Amino acid sequence: MLSVIPIRLSNIHKKFGNFVASENVSLDIRPGELLALLGPSGSGKTTLLRVIAGLETQDNGSVFFGEEDMTNIGPKDRRVGFVFQHYALFKHMNILQNVAFGLQVRKKRLGLSNAQIKERVLELLDLVQLGGIERRLPSQLSGGQRQRVALARALAVEPKVLLLDEPFGALDAKVRRELRRWLRIFHQQMAITTVFVTHDQDEAMEIADRIVIMNHGRIEQIGTPQEIYKHPASDFVSEFIGTGNPPAPLPAYLDAVPKIKEYEVEAGR
Amino acid sequence: MSQAVLSETPTKLLTKEFGRVVHRDPLWARVLLIGTAALFVVLLVLVPVIFVFAEALSKGASVFWQAINDRDAVAAFKLTAYTSAVAVALNLLFGLAASWAITKFSFRWKSFLITLIDLPFSVSPVISGLVFVLLFGAQGWMGPWLQAHEIKIIFAWPSILLATIFVTFPFIARELMPVMEAQGHEEEEAAVTLGASGWQIFWHVTLPNIRWALFYAVILCSARAIGEFGAVSVVSGHIRGETNTAPLHVELLYNEYATAAAFSIAAMLTLFALASLVLKAMAERWITTDAYSDFIFRSKT
Repeated sequence: MLSVIPIRLSNIHKKFGNFVASENVSLDIRPGELLALLGPSGSGKTTLLRVIAGLETQDNGSVFFGEEDMTNIGPKDRRVGFVFQHYALFKHMNILQNVAFGLQVRKKRLGLSNAQIKERVLELLDLVQLGGIERRLPSQLSGGQRQRVALARALAVEPKVLLLDEPFGALDAKVRRELRRWLRIFHQQMAITTVFVTHDQDEAMEIADRIVIMNHGRIEQIGTPQEIYKHPASDFVSEFIGTGNPPAPLPAYLDAVPKIKEYEVEAGR
Repeated sequence: MSQAVLSETPTKLLTKEFGRVVHRDPLWARVLLIGTAALFVVLLVLVPVIFVFAEALSKGASVFWQAINDRDAVAAFKLTAYTSAVAVALNLLFGLAASWAITKFSFRWKSFLITLIDLPFSVSPVISGLVFVLLFGAQGWMGPWLQAHEIKIIFAWPSILLATIFVTFPFIARELMPVMEAQGHEEEEAAVTLGASGWQIFWHVTLPNIRWALFYAVILCSARAIGEFGAVSVVSGHIRGETNTAPLHVELLYNEYATAAAFSIAAMLTLFALASLVLKAMAERWITTDAYSDFIFRSKT
């Protein structure tokens, strides 16, 4: 069983050149919750996620996992599960090798045998409903399958926190809806503190326990979906969430544009 | 529509979809263009290659055989082989390190380093050979010191190696940089969050992703190293059986009117060049199946 821990960010400041990606952001993430970082592109949500993972070093501020100060600990030793937007699967390794990677590289330290690793990986693949395809390469999977492989790979190392960067961004609408419902249920079973980044209001509203709305490197509002929907804290929030005027319908000519996804090659299906 | 498309490769799909609308030039224009290109290839590439083999065998196979088994010729082949092997190995190390540094990190002198890597491309090999003579030669900058310590660089193997390394310096880094650039750092970042160390990332993630590009670069670099004439000619001293590389040996024999022997050595070098061309073409195909097919998948999902 994974121990469920809170994450605390205090005064995280990060600049890229002159661009302030995160302006003294402080945030308490509760143990076991599913938290969405929601905002338009360039609002600093991905930067914040990468700071939690240690992939980005903040100029100022500190990161705590539970009581542990992670500020000076590199991404290698933070024990985070990170799911990348384009999954970043190792394309020359099959699914089994991909999911086993995190255990394989620390095999000696963990005192695991190859058989034990394989057993754990197959268990995980069953958990994400990908049993039986462990010998395939990432290029032979559909987008949704790749996404679940990335999730299984991140969970294999028994991370303390799970971080997902635009987890459904690269999927088409139908698969996206299925997967986010699935992730919601999956998260409840796993009981692991989870943060995901999205620019899609519906997505955040549907599955998150709490939503953090970001704009220009700052937090505009933190709250449950209901709180944010009913009591937006600023004009930006109400506009972004769409509680003000409903968005104008798309002009009709856009329907005539052929959709790219019709050409999608869905290998292995 | 989508059902029919599923089984097709993306390239086929493109030709099928857009093939009809492509503008076709009139017959005479096509004949003229293709004819001109073919004429140049035949005159400048095919005829000389055939000529090399024809001349090599003009006095019969036994003369050819004798020429390539001659003591000095064998010494020249060996020298060329050693020199190229060491030069390629060192450039491999350097090229990997440089392209890793340039594509995975950002630092202040990056564009300066890239320019420096390209420098051997823009300097004439003869000039670069002369630079080494001016540096290490008897009258050169470090000459007196080297003589005092009885270290021989010019007109000896070290200078041949230095000249070869200098001339082939950009090949591997230049070949790897675009490939590593295109791949980005996501897989490496994924590996580090999974607890992999720097070496583990390099061996298990980075290297497998660039293996065919690396293979391709090594072939190009070897071909250039083996064929290098200008820079080596200036620094080698042309001592038969000692500091004479294979390309220099061709010149030496030719100047002695041993035409058939000269062309026999040249034929051996040409054979190697042809073999490396075949390998290069194969590597190109593997690179395509490796990196770009994944790129196509990525952009479509």
